Amino acid sequence: MAEQALDRTVGIRPLGQAPRGFCGRIESIHVNGHACALSATELETRLVELGFVEGAKIEILHEGMFGRDPIAIRVNDATIALRRREAMAILVS
Amino acid sequence: MSATTPAAPRNLALVGNPNSGKTAVFNALTGSRQKVANYPGVTVERKSGLFRTPAGHTVNLIDLPGTYSLRARSPDEEVTRDAVLGRLSGEAVPDMLLCVVDSTNLRIALRLILELKRLGYPLVLALNMIDIARRRGFEFDLDRLSAELGVPVVTSTAVRRGGVEELLQRVDNLFTALPPPTLQTAEWIAPNSSELRALQREADRILKAAVRVPGRPDTLTGRVDAVLLHPVAGIVILLGIMFVMFQAVFSWAQPVMELISAGFDALGGLVAATLPAGLLQSFIQNGLISGVGSVVVFLPQILILFLFILLLEDFGYLARAAFLMDRIMGSAGLHGRAFIPLLSSFACAIPGIMATRVIDSRRDRLTTILVAPLMTCSARIPVYVLIISAFIPDRHVFGWIGLQGLVLFGLYAIGIVSALAVAFVAKWILWRDAPPEPFMLELPDYKMPRPHNIALALLNRARAFLERAGTIILSMMVLIWFLASFPRPPAGAAGPDINYSLAAMIGHALAPLTAPIGFNWQINVALVPGMAAREVAVAALGTVYAIEGGKEATDKIGQVLAAHWSLATALALLAWYIFAPQCAATLAVIRRETGGWRWMAITVGYMLALAYFASFVTYHVAVALGAG
Repeated sequence: MAEQALDRTVGIRPLGQAPRGFCGRIESIHVNGHACALSATELETRLVELGFVEGAKIEILHEGMFGRDPIAIRVNDATIALRRREAMAILVS
Repeated sequence: MSATTPAAPRNLALVGNPNSGKTAVFNALTGSRQKVANYPGVTVERKSGLFRTPAGHTVNLIDLPGTYSLRARSPDEEVTRDAVLGRLSGEAVPDMLLCVVDSTNLRIALRLILELKRLGYPLVLALNMIDIARRRGFEFDLDRLSAELGVPVVTSTAVRRGGVEELLQRVDNLFTALPPPTLQTAEWIAPNSSELRALQREADRILKAAVRVPGRPDTLTGRVDAVLLHPVAGIVILLGIMFVMFQAVFSWAQPVMELISAGFDALGGLVAATLPAGLLQSFIQNGLISGVGSVVVFLPQILILFLFILLLEDFGYLARAAFLMDRIMGSAGLHGRAFIPLLSSFACAIPGIMATRVIDSRRDRLTTILVAPLMTCSARIPVYVLIISAFIPDRHVFGWIGLQGLVLFGLYAIGIVSALAVAFVAKWILWRDAPPEPFMLELPDYKMPRPHNIALALLNRARAFLERAGTIILSMMVLIWFLASFPRPPAGAAGPDINYSLAAMIGHALAPLTAPIGFNWQINVALVPGMAAREVAVAALGTVYAIEGGKEATDKIGQVLAAHWSLATALALLAWYIFAPQCAATLAVIRRETGGWRWMAITVGYMLALAYFASFVTYHVAVALGAG
């Protein structure tokens, strides 16, 4: 398990740091220490509710003018807008 | 027992994601036989309507607020959860659920269906907008979908009457055939993230088995978004849309508004001519008719504003506007979704404050409500126009900019800037240590708005505005008429009656307080009826200075004011009007929407303080510069 996780960390990064046009898949949802009004479990649950589930196809379609924030993300067949701060919890490859 | 006789109405609840076209299905089933009210205790809209199925069942259909999950997050979603779980007091437990999903966006919706299925309700799944989906290349194996989910599946287009016939058929079958449901709502506990993940995986599996999704997403939406969500062009277009909207609100509405106010004036004149002069005549003419008139006159503006907002919403643009504005609003501590409520507040703060219901975080919603009255609403315009045309010379600066227009623009700008500043300060004082709320929003595919749905929604808004604001403003108007009419002047008294009334006493009593900001007692008297609706202050000033009403009344008032007031006083009054909590109806709506007196008191307090401070500074600076 640990070995497998290690192998797969190659090329894994938070969605919050990905550029516009990035395409990939969700590896895991991992909320850790990003200041947010919601608890870690609540943020994770809300992301799951919007379809951010391991294995889902991801593409960053658009980004805002200031600080390239927020971002519009294609998740399988739906488009969801998020701030980069919350997108840091979504690990993609 | 009665539940099995065909005559007893069955309760059918509509459940679905936001943007699933639920309301279109609701409209197609109930037509204009729908009722909009509020759930007791909360300000969530309750939409219901009756219809009859081909088999003769009477169905009471209730349109529950859109939700992504039964694990509710906003007041809207809590209503949906509690209604489905049968925990909403005064609300019948539904006999069946009708789940509406957007056929082009099934993934998240199917997870909700799986969540709902666990509750044990008979369920019908309506694949809405299937025509659009098929045109875009989706292929559906409806039998497979129905078998995998274990619920009957129908397609609906919700545009044509025929689009819902099959749906009605299924509803009938289920009502006739099914035994009473064995509900498991009592054992329900909110699913945690791993359960939701498992449900989503199951939904993904079913989707893969029963639906072939085209490889590319909607290309039209992609192409439109490439322009509308472009970092620079997107903002420019948004500003352009806002500009057109304002033009429409202020210039298209003008002729109708003049017609309405002329109509009410004529009605008042008719009363004056037929009833003997006296209290009853004054009450009907000045209390009732002008009270109702002062509300109804804003209806055209509000309808035009809502027409734009509803069109943009149905088209799918509002979510994009929130996306574009999120960062800009965020720098002032506001949520991206606060943009639309604040925009509406330029017409009237009342619909603006009601529109804050879309903001799911209570903190962000309260901040938005707090600053909405600072946006320059259309009721301020008559007062601004009166004072500007009386005191600001009609000349040009820099050769081409009209000074009067510049001042008016400045008053708007000060309103916007101070709203942002107050939001920033409020966040800092009240919620300094609280980290920002997340911004998570689905951007739906673009769709052509349906005229039928827009018309019904407009009708409901108009009715709600007239009922809500009308009752409040009307009762305030009656109170203010009373203040301005009693006690009666002594026999043979000189000057207008209002000078002997309670309003005049209030005006004189306030004089020591308002002297430092340059107001005389006549202004104080006019501010009292201005509490009912800001623009009434214009008419009240006319009354205080004993000017006959009529066509050129406003011009005449302007001349009289210019003779009686200094420029410093006029500027101080303008400054006062930017900030003062002058509208009783807005305050009443704030109280209702926030569920208590506390936030209303905070609003009144900070606005009064700002108004006093601003007029004080304006007056004294103006006097120092020689305008006293």
